[in-house]
Parts: sequence; C-alpha cells; structure tokens
Amino acid sequence: MTVIQVDHVSRWFGNVVAVNDVTMTIGPGVTGLLGPNGAGKSTLLHMMGGFLSPSTGTVTLDGAPTWRNQEIYRHIGLVPERESMYDFLTGREFVVANAELFGLATPGADAQVAIDTVEMEYAADRRIATYSKGMRQRIKMASALVHQPSVLLLDEPFNGMDPRQRMQLMDLLRKMGAEGRTVLFSSHILEEVEQLAHHIEVMVAGRHAASGDYRQIRRLMVDRPHKYTVRTSDNRALAAALIADASTSGVEFDPREDVLHVQAVDFVGFTRRLPKVAREAGIRLFEVSPTDESLESVFTYLVGAR
Amino acid sequence: MNRTIARLTLRGLLSPRRLMLLALIPLVLLGVAVLLRLLVTDMPVDLGVGVVSSLAIGTMLPLVALICGTGAIATEIDDGAIVYLLAKPIPRATIVITKYVVAVGATILLAVIPTALASVILLGADAGLVAGYGVAALVGALAYCALFLLLGVVTKQAVVAGLLYVLLWESLIGGAVPGAQALSIQQWALSIGAKISGDGLLSAAVKMPVGAALLVAVAGFGLYFAINRLRSLTIAGDS
Repeated sequence: MTVIQVDHVSRWFGNVVAVNDVTMTIGPGVTGLLGPNGAGKSTLLHMMGGFLSPSTGTVTLDGAPTWRNQEIYRHIGLVPERESMYDFLTGREFVVANAELFGLATPGADAQVAIDTVEMEYAADRRIATYSKGMRQRIKMASALVHQPSVLLLDEPFNGMDPRQRMQLMDLLRKMGAEGRTVLFSSHILEEVEQLAHHIEVMVAGRHAASGDYRQIRRLMVDRPHKYTVRTSDNRALAAALIADASTSGVEFDPREDVLHVQAVDFVGFTRRLPKVAREAGIRLFEVSPTDESLESVFTYLVGAR
Repeated sequence: MNRTIARLTLRGLLSPRRLMLLALIPLVLLGVAVLLRLLVTDMPVDLGVGVVSSLAIGTMLPLVALICGTGAIATEIDDGAIVYLLAKPIPRATIVITKYVVAVGATILLAVIPTALASVILLGADAGLVAGYGVAALVGALAYCALFLLLGVVTKQAVVAGLLYVLLWESLIGGAVPGAQALSIQQWALSIGAKISGDGLLSAAVKMPVGAALLVAVAGFGLYFAINRLRSLTIAGDS
C-alpha cells in the first residue's frame, strides 16, 4: 500500500503561481485529478513524480520525499502527457528497454506481460513512429507497468483516444485500482473522471477546490443554475408558464430554431417542475436538453461555492 | 555506464541515414588529403601540417563533437523523451557518463580516426607528427564532447551556442587575436600533440602542462555540471 502525501505545497514559476498551498492525500484505488487546462494539474503531477521541486511544502511517497530521490521510481509508473518516445524503436524494444532500465531480472518476459496487459501484441514489432496516438498511449502505459509499480501517475491519459481505447484503458485502470495500487490520473473532462474514479480531487487556478466522492462533487456542480434548450408543441405558451414558475429565472424564445432557451434556478428543481408545468398548460415536450456549458464555468461556480 | 542507455543513445545519434550524412564530413577531409597527395609532388611538410591542423583539428573535430555531444542528450531533453531515463532508479551521473562515452566513441569514429588517417596520408613519413595529431584529436574529442554535452543540458540553443564557440571564438577570434588562442580547446589539444610529435613542426599557443590541465578541467567540470544540472532538470509540462 502506497500513499502520496502532498503537504501545503506551492509552486511558482517567476511571478506565476501554478500550485497554491495544496494539501491532499492520495491512497490506493483510482483517484481523478480534475480541473480545467492550466489549473496546475500537470505541475502537481510533476511534483509527485519527482520532476519538479515544490517551492514550499513537501511531497512524499510513503514518507520519502519525491524530489531528487531516484529510488521512488521503483514504486512509481509514470505515463507522461507528451508524445515523444524513442520513435526509432519498436514498441517491444521500447518496453524491454524500460524493463532493463528498471533493472528487472527478466526484461523480455516482463515486457511481454506489460504488452499483453495493454493489448498491444499485434503492433509490438512495429516502429513507434508508425503508431497512432492511442497506440502510443498504450505503449507508454506498458512501459510504466512493466515493473509492477504500486503507484501509477497518468497525465491526461485519455487525450486523443477513441471511445473504444478509452474504455479499454478505463477497464485497465479500474483493475489496477482494485488490485490495491494507487492510481492517479489527471483530466479536464468531468465525465471521464466520473466514469473511472470514485475519489476526485478538483484543482482550479492552482488551488485545491474540492475533494471527495464523485457524487458529492457532482452535486456541488449540478446544484446551481443551469441552461436548457426546450422544444415543445407551443413554445410561447410554455415560456409564459415557465417564467411564472419559481424554478425558472429566465426564458428566451429563439424563433429561428423554434426553441426555448431556459435558465433554470437549480438543476434538480427544474427537472422535476418542467413536466408538471407543461402538463398543466397542455403543452407537449419534444426535447429537453441541458446546454453544454464550458467546464470552466462549472469550476468557477465550484470555487465560488467554497 | 548503462548498456541500455548507451544503446538508446547510439541508435538515436547514429541512425543509418544520419551516419551516412555525418560520414560525409570525414570523407571530405580524406578526399582533400588524397587529392593533395596525388596532385602535389614532393609535398612540403608545412602544407600537410597546415591542412591537418586547420581542417581536421580546427574544423572537423569540433563540428563532429558538437553534433555528437549535443545530439547525445539535447534531442531527448528537447522532445521530452529523457523522462523515460529520468523516471528510473538510475543515478543521474550514470546517465550523463554513459551519454558522454557514446558521444566520445562516435567522435572517435567520425573525427579522431579520420584525423589520424589524414595525417598518415599527408605526413606518412613522420611518425611523430601522425601520433601527435592522433592524440591531439583524441584528447580534443574528450574535452569537446564534455563541453557540448553540458551545453545540451543547460540550453535549448546548444547547437547555436556550440557553433558560436567553435566558429566565432576558436576560428575567427582565435585566428586573429593571439591571446584568445590560449583559451581554446583546439590549442590545448594541439599542445599535447606538439609535445608528442616532438619535432617542433606542430605548434600550439599554450605549453603542454597548461593545455593538459585545462583539458582535464573542462572535461571534469563539464561532466560535473551536466550531472548536477540533470539532477534538477525540471520537465516542463505542455500546459
């Protein structure tokens, strides 16, 4: 069992504060590090992986500092975000090289296990230069798993993966979490994190904005004004009925699209009230869809709520 | 030394295509040497010494060492692949020393041996001079590679910085300002060659003990700082 402890850690680059007084504990199981781009997720991961010194505070792995401590890599598997690898090698050569660098006794056999785990056997003897983004991601995974680490750190691992590859990787990470490994991955996409991680750490603008069960986080995020697009048998009549109802704070009729844009007061209340209001007014609902909002606005709300 | 790192570095440094291109540099030198030998009857020793000193030691050696020294590490730092070496339970010193050995090995193959061959072609009769040039090229390679490896670790513009040093400082300023010669790896290396050749034809701007001490200092400090710098190298993320 391995625990990563981040204790009052800040990191700045010149005048820019990338990580601001963050304290968190990452234990066994899958944890999602969620936050918009530029929130400091990568900086935090780099400090956990020993590639960056905290400006203040400490990052430890089972009590041992991660900075300038090469021994931690016996326990850490690292999947960086950047694409570059030794492109002139084949996938297998790359994983074998990693196994050798970890000092494993049987690099060939260990590499084979890792390649099988990420299901890359079919392309293992092709040069990495010919790989797609998803294949690169998987061979990176294999290289990080080859020494059976107790901690796996992944920086935006789902970027550029197609849905099938994404599902495969999620299954794999779930399995690793269930085996008692400490798996931490970063992502800026809430759905991704929600599907995979039970425990979520949210970073916004360098700050540790929220921490906990994904349901709690979700509630924090949904318990707030939301925008919906609604299409009905009588848009103008429903607009009138809705604005009269307490669940709604604003309605806009869009004649070109023939839809309503509704600003709801809160997520749960509105979804309960809408069918009733429509039925009372004798209006049929054809389409109700939440308008996709930028994650940034969700995070802004989340930070404001604390 | 780590064999895996050596293998990775060598394959990155000398892919077949790159090796073919790089081989053009010593081939040009050897071509010039053969042509001179065939065209000039009774070749004066001065001409041979001039060609080997300026073309082989003065130009080819630093250029090849620059390509090999920076290429052994700068490319990986630049594209981020170095992370796969750094995220391993391997001392940073091992990484740097291994890459240094590979860079020196490649420079010996592509510059030191051709220098020795060129001096055999041009100055074959004078065994002292041939040995002097061979050794000068070798010790020069040891110092240049350490310096350029360090440049590769400390700056993204390693090749430009290295070229400035070689072309501007050693060739241009060193050629015009005698004092500047005292601060050039080329002259330090030649001082050792001069001592070995022993017949006064090969000359250098500094005396042998000084040159030798400075070569050792450059190689030692270069590697020491490269190791230190790599120890605190931070991998910048994309965001």
